[in-house]
Amino acid sequence: MTKVTLTVNGRSMSGQAEGRTLLSSFLREELGLTGTHVGCDTSQCGACVVHVDGQAVKSCTVLAQDVEGANVTTIEGMANADGSLNTLQQAFQDHHGLQCGFCTPGMVMAASSLLAENPKPTEAEVRHYLEGNICRCTGYHNIVKAVMAASGQDVSDTVAAE
Amino acid sequence: MYNFDFVKPASVEDAVAALSGDEAQPLSGGMTLLPSMKQRLNAPATLVSLTGIDALKGVCRDGDMLVIGAATPHAVVARDAAADYPALAELAGQIGDPMVRNRGTIGGSLANNDPSACYPAAALASGATIVTDKREIAAEEFFQGMFATALDEGEIITSVKFPIPQKAAYAKFAQPASRFALTGAFVAQYADGARVAITGASENGVFRWSEAETALSSNFSADALNGLAASADQMIGDLHGTPEYRAHLVGVMTRRAVGAAH
Ligand SMILES: Cc1cc2nc3c(=O)[nH]c(=O)nc-3n(C[C@H](O)[C@H](O)[C@H](O)COP(=O)(O)OP(=O)(O)OC[C@H]3O[C@@H](n4cnc5c(N)ncnc54)[C@H](O)[C@@H]3O)c2cc1C
Ligand code: FES
Ligand code: FES
Repeated sequence: MTKVTLTVNGRSMSGQAEGRTLLSSFLREELGLTGTHVGCDTSQCGACVVHVDGQAVKSCTVLAQDVEGANVTTIEGMANADGSLNTLQQAFQDHHGLQCGFCTPGMVMAASSLLAENPKPTEAEVRHYLEGNICRCTGYHNIVKAVMAASGQDVSDTVAAE
Repeated sequence: MYNFDFVKPASVEDAVAALSGDEAQPLSGGMTLLPSMKQRLNAPATLVSLTGIDALKGVCRDGDMLVIGAATPHAVVARDAAADYPALAELAGQIGDPMVRNRGTIGGSLANNDPSACYPAAALASGATIVTDKREIAAEEFFQGMFATALDEGEIITSVKFPIPQKAAYAKFAQPASRFALTGAFVAQYADGARVAITGASENGVFRWSEAETALSSNFSADALNGLAASADQMIGDLHGTPEYRAHLVGVMTRRAVGAAH
């Protein structure tokens, strides 16, 4: 076991990791941050997406020891300082961008990277960027709508099941 | 996955030294290696991470060559190669999804030589040179069939040198579930002729389509390919497509790439 220290959501946090300990397991089991979900564990579904030094990665395919010292943001770090949902999270709620919610942490983390790179994406750009995030419930339409709304674009005439 | 020792050297020398140990293997982006270790298809005793070695990262222009460090992630190539070699940057920007592109690296992709991977097509069509800690290997000699390369045990790729073509393009027919190439064609025009490399199609991995190269070298246009058909012999057949289907795609994707070349 080796000690791994990360800055998670602005706080320095440490835990023990074996060589094979994945960042997803380290966050969930060592640090108790269970908002990061593990859907497939095979790098396909994107439920485990977190930001490492500002970049979206699939935490089930990153070794904890390989990111020693990194700045990590998880879904627990996305809310506003007063605990209320941030604009993107609120848009998921307002536009029914989730049903069971399993994919949602990864969707929010991936979508927030998109908006950081491209603050006013087209619908096609949103769909393309979220290619690595799988949702088994919503059919994606309202996820895309939520991301468009969070970017400040008018979504009032998008046809969606509400 | 079975447990292993993890080391993260800061220099190529230290990485090579660590790799001389028993059953040690390099880890770059981990996007291929970690899933295969989870399936217990691979169980190294030591993983030597290359992600802490700055000398293995970055894209730089050197005369008429573009030199890319082996541990440079796809997303960085997509951004930093765009001005000098746009077709290569576009290829990198189409690999997997944004999260895969933030971690996966060119060195890992070439070393793995997946028969459906994108970079091998660019390297072969560009006549790239694979630079390792010991020597320089021409792309032609480097790729030795599905998942096989000229790399020796413990040898690591340090960079890849791409001669910059006059124009080029990559056309990929993505397998919709994996996003790898069901068949992809990379076409590049150089002063001394055109080169065409096909990925995703052959049981022998990436290959040059020499008939198309001859036709395009005298007339670089999609019309020059009229009447040319790749043979279905030794093409991959699986639930996503028959050998005949892939052979047909070879022609379609090559035409598209020629049409898109810039
Ligand atoms: C969901 C998903 C979608 C993908 N889609 C595509 C796609 O569309 N097209 C595509 O081409 N690829 C695709 N990939 C594969 C991806 O590009 C990988 O990043 C790449 O194949 C391996 O690179 P890596 O840096 O992750 O290597 P790793 O997984 O770290 O290593 C792969 C192999 O190479 C060896 N190795 C790594 N670096 C070196 C080096 N410098 N020298 C010698 N050996 C080395 C390792 O020991 C290992 O055997 C996808 C992967 C995923 C998970
Ligand atoms: S749990 Fe990591 S991609 Fe599915
Ligand atoms: S809301 Fe259930 S998987 Fe997306």
